[in-house]
Amino acid sequence: MKDNKKEETRKLKVIVSSSPHIKDPLTTHAIMRLVFIALLPAAIWGVYEFGLYAGLILVTSIVTAILSEYLFEILTKKEITISDGSAALTGLLFGMIISPTTPLWMVIIGSSSAIIIAKQFFGGLGSNFLNPALFGRAVVFLSWTGLLNRWLKPGFNFFYFVSGTQNLVTTATPLDLFRLHQLNITPSLYSDLFFGRIGGSIGETSKLLLLIGVVFLLLIRRDIIDLKIPITFIGTVAILALLFKQDVLFHLLSGGLIIGAFFMATDYVTSPVTPLGRVIFGIGAGVVTFVIRNWGIYPEGVSFGILSMNVLTPLFDKFLPRVFGTGGKK
Amino acid sequence: MRILTFRKGGVHPPESKFTKDKRIETMEEVEEVLVPLHQHTGAPAQPLVKLKDTVKKGQKIGDSDAKVTSPVHSPISGEVVKLVETTLPNSRKSVAVLIKNDHEEIWDDSVKPRNDVDSLSREDLLKIIREAGIVGLGGAAFPTHIKLMPPPNFPVDTLIINGAECEPYLTGDYRLMLEEGESVIKGVEILTRILGVKKTFIGVEENKSDAAVSLDKIVHSMGLDKDIEVVLLRTKYPQGSEKHLIKAITGREVPSGGLPFHVGCIVQNVGTTYAIKRAVYDGVPLIERVITVSGSGVMEPKNLKVRIGTIASHVIEFCGGARENIKKIIFGGPMMGFSAYTLDLPVIKGTSGILLFTDQELIEYEEYPCIRCGRCVDACPMGLMPLFIDGYSRMGDFDKAEEFRALDCIECGSCAYVCPSKRHLVQSIRMAKTEIIKKRKAVRK
Repeated sequence: MKDNKKEETRKLKVIVSSSPHIKDPLTTHAIMRLVFIALLPAAIWGVYEFGLYAGLILVTSIVTAILSEYLFEILTKKEITISDGSAALTGLLFGMIISPTTPLWMVIIGSSSAIIIAKQFFGGLGSNFLNPALFGRAVVFLSWTGLLNRWLKPGFNFFYFVSGTQNLVTTATPLDLFRLHQLNITPSLYSDLFFGRIGGSIGETSKLLLLIGVVFLLLIRRDIIDLKIPITFIGTVAILALLFKQDVLFHLLSGGLIIGAFFMATDYVTSPVTPLGRVIFGIGAGVVTFVIRNWGIYPEGVSFGILSMNVLTPLFDKFLPRVFGTGGKK
Repeated sequence: MRILTFRKGGVHPPESKFTKDKRIETMEEVEEVLVPLHQHTGAPAQPLVKLKDTVKKGQKIGDSDAKVTSPVHSPISGEVVKLVETTLPNSRKSVAVLIKNDHEEIWDDSVKPRNDVDSLSREDLLKIIREAGIVGLGGAAFPTHIKLMPPPNFPVDTLIINGAECEPYLTGDYRLMLEEGESVIKGVEILTRILGVKKTFIGVEENKSDAAVSLDKIVHSMGLDKDIEVVLLRTKYPQGSEKHLIKAITGREVPSGGLPFHVGCIVQNVGTTYAIKRAVYDGVPLIERVITVSGSGVMEPKNLKVRIGTIASHVIEFCGGARENIKKIIFGGPMMGFSAYTLDLPVIKGTSGILLFTDQELIEYEEYPCIRCGRCVDACPMGLMPLFIDGYSRMGDFDKAEEFRALDCIECGSCAYVCPSKRHLVQSIRMAKTEIIKKRKAVRK
């Protein structure tokens, strides 16, 4: 009897590996999916306000991102990674930060260059230094500025389709008006900004739903988005607005600051890994955003604020934490 | 009681202390034991017995003249049937003595209780501890008598008893504190006499506050409350790391590359303290220890007092056997223990537990590219950048890994625990450390 048991244990097929032997269940795949879900309410709001065509843009962007990644990996004989959800997330984000009047061919160019040029050319997930979605936006925005600067009036016609662009009812965004010094600050403006009843990119307008997404992530796990970057980013914009005697609340609720600070500046791959580096990243992005909003040639500076800090991230990574047992008090 | 902790880093894995309420059982019955001669850090002991020798319980069967070493004793009376090279749970090789039990339990003449403990000098006590083969039972198995003799130019003013037991699953120290509290405190008294320290702290994690309260009561009833303070520690891994325990309790920081005595501290584990009491008062050398046998693969998880050298598969049989779908065998805790490929390995002095994992707790993840999320940076209690050391180590750039202070890594596993891409960070950092040390040695030559 005893010998039998011994035989059994000898035949064990077990895994031998380095410690630790237990792991936190949170995976990279899960993080991508959770962030995707957190963005959905604001994205759906964009479709509701700007019409079915906005939904078509989002779907086209997501499908293009996934297909681009798939085809690139097939052609370069790399492992297919579309199941990690990162490409889909990039596609969703790109769709959310462009105008609801963007022609589909331009969506395809932007979304595919986000994946192929910004991400895959640099080695795929984890190796890119620019936020892919923001890079895609920069590509189309700089190439076809005029075409993209047409903003739909929210809720004008759910079933309008892009073919008859002459009939579009466009509007200036609050930030456009602000730059032209034509902005009338009324109490209802703040609620329009907060609830997303303004012109703007598809997914950036409803601050309420974006913040609900943030709360959703924080409720699931406190560590999915590190709040150091959003807090310092938004805080810097607020302080600068205060210093320049501008309307603080207007700055915070306008444009892409909320979606940018919470969902794009916090992109792990393109932001610093150290606590101090993240703080400096947030401050820098806030400064650039504010400068462009006031004195740049574009009305909105969030995307360039983040992109410029993306480039500096390797530098910020040099702000190392103090190693235990070195310096400081003994 | 104060609640203390270290600030930077640390993780909160599920505690999984399923054996918390199980009294320590003793596993008496063994047919044979395989006692390795090199269970400790330092020079291996040389065998003092040969084939067919009859040995008694507590008889010294291995020792060495080296400075840093520790003797080994037989945990049973019986006959030496084999001297073989064996693999230890930590995958080191050692000569081991296979002894067949004669079930007579005849004690060696050297094992005698002492009535004159109070009159023993510091040197006497150190000699007893050395001769009893006592090593750190927390896992590192460093010879205790060496640790108790810090260089004279580093005065030690604080003794810390490590009752943190921050590893999930393990409950042996907890049970010892609850069931053998008086012996533990007696062991503490001996340590304070040897070190001549005024202040002793016993650090216990909050999740074991009942043990802390019970120890505190004993300290008061023995009138030692002026010298010994029981402190609660926040339940956070790796609270029981020597450096972090010192930091939490005294605020002092062991310098990089330094040892506790550099900041006037000596840390001893609860199990070691108990073993010291046994050796000094009862004259019994270190021939048994408390281990936790747990994990979903064990039929009846237990806290078990086993003889050193007991084969793990016999221990598992004593615990009702193993389930069929065992995926992993771990000697020690799940964060820092060693995974083994077989249960035919002996329990050694440094074995704090045997865990059998099935699919229930073991999810196999595939390694994914680093997404630079920085969780490892936040989790590292040493303030290191595990992702960069990992990257350089994999590229073979060990100079860069050294620049990022790979050698400061205590291998606690916090980084790999939190990594969402499930990267084998500890493994690659360990590889870097090995290469850096190899290179340093080569330079010295």
